[in-house]
Amino acid sequence: MSLNRIIGLFLRHFFLIKSSLPRILDLIYWPTIQIILWGFISKFFTTYSDYYNNTVGVILTCAILYDFLFRSSISFNMLFLEEIWSRNFTNLFIAPMRISEIITALVGTALIRTLIGLVPAILITSPLFGISILNLGIPLFFLFLSLYIFGITLGLFVSSGLLRYGPAFENIAWSSLFLLAPLGCIYYPIEILPDFFQNVARGLPLVYIFEEARSILVNQVVNYSNIKDAFILNAIYLFVGISLFYYSFSQARKKGSLINIGE
Amino acid sequence: MQNSVIVENLSKNYFKKEAVKEISFTINENEILGLLGPNGCGKTTTIAMMLGLLKPSNGRVVIHGLDIEKNRISLLHKMNFISPYIELPKKLSVKENLIVYGKLYGVKFISERIKYLSEKLRLEEFINKKTGELSSGQKNRVSLAKALINEPSILFLDEPTASLDPETGDFVRSFIEKISKEKKMSILLASHNMDEVKRLCKNVLMMNNGVIIDKGTPDDLIKKHGKRNLEEVFLKLNRNNHELK
Repeated sequence: MSLNRIIGLFLRHFFLIKSSLPRILDLIYWPTIQIILWGFISKFFTTYSDYYNNTVGVILTCAILYDFLFRSSISFNMLFLEEIWSRNFTNLFIAPMRISEIITALVGTALIRTLIGLVPAILITSPLFGISILNLGIPLFFLFLSLYIFGITLGLFVSSGLLRYGPAFENIAWSSLFLLAPLGCIYYPIEILPDFFQNVARGLPLVYIFEEARSILVNQVVNYSNIKDAFILNAIYLFVGISLFYYSFSQARKKGSLINIGE
Repeated sequence: MQNSVIVENLSKNYFKKEAVKEISFTINENEILGLLGPNGCGKTTTIAMMLGLLKPSNGRVVIHGLDIEKNRISLLHKMNFISPYIELPKKLSVKENLIVYGKLYGVKFISERIKYLSEKLRLEEFINKKTGELSSGQKNRVSLAKALINEPSILFLDEPTASLDPETGDFVRSFIEKISKEKKMSILLASHNMDEVKRLCKNVLMMNNGVIIDKGTPDDLIKKHGKRNLEEVFLKLNRNNHELK
């Protein structure tokens, strides 16, 4: 792998973001609105429910974690879509870039895009709702890392579709996470789901991540087995995602979609 | 003279349609080879296979003695491509785009290279302007700078002067002519501009329906078909081909 080429692709997106204030505001706007909305909803629940002794903290923390997942996945897809929209796709694939370098560059750039959006949203939770996500302590790092890996994995699945089927796959890029959200048990325990869906949900790392977040915030118990299970599942999905991306690239070369993508 | 590019029995099938059928040709070092043919005749498909963007169904492309299928990444360092159908990111400035592609191609002294290309291609006055804000002539020169950023030994030019005014078109043609001699490049030029092909190309391939229907120097082809210019040869060959079909 060449660091120079990875930096090159990173710069392509860095220049794009830094030159456009509307783009930066767009990155910040949605996570902030999302967090404020969930903050007020959970404040309302605190008043009328005693299920959790820390409703605002639990719901808001889970909202931030989910948004982190959502932004990381969307950021990865957006970087790919930017190339299609700007008709730069062919230029990129005739440059001597390995697939592994493309993935690495996009993973790094997606993290920066995600943080630009989420850090301001996290910062306002404390003065507005008296909540700090840092209350999760050291496990927070593992939860974020696990969510980021899963977000990137979903990004890889969608980008594989974009590579193979072109912009027609764009709608899937936007809707992929909404499909998984109910099964991810973000705001509720897995027991709420019907039996069949519980079995499906247990195959997703999200259940373990959000279960762990609730366990820490509600019971003040850190259960590292949840974090371990999430990482094992993440490793499997990531392997499948990377393999699928390589396969899609090979198929795109056979079918000719690298030539006319974006047209 | 040494062959820089060897194309052997190259074919591409999309499902049952044969886009390119067993074509073979070579490009020598320091040669500009013209590739002529009507729209949809297989020119872009051929170039895409030579660039490793498309996997051939049969045959092979050998560049500097190496098969592109087995050495795609290392060979792409020595090649580049310009086409009016692909663009550089519009929201990036000219300089930013050249920095990005300099990095992607592993250019060592990017600033010096950009400065050199800016001077040669007259980019200085708009080097910090967004690429999307440029005129088509300016964009074309920027694309050419991008295509030369890695000092390629093999260059693929797909209609490099399409939609340019005569003055800019002439500037680009003169530049290609000059740089190919200076750097001993091998160039494959696909164009519909017959005067351009006659001026720049030593040899010409005439393509239709995925096959090479004739080849030779522009003057030999004109003489062989008893026509006054290359355009008449082009029309004659394509009409014959239609009638045969």
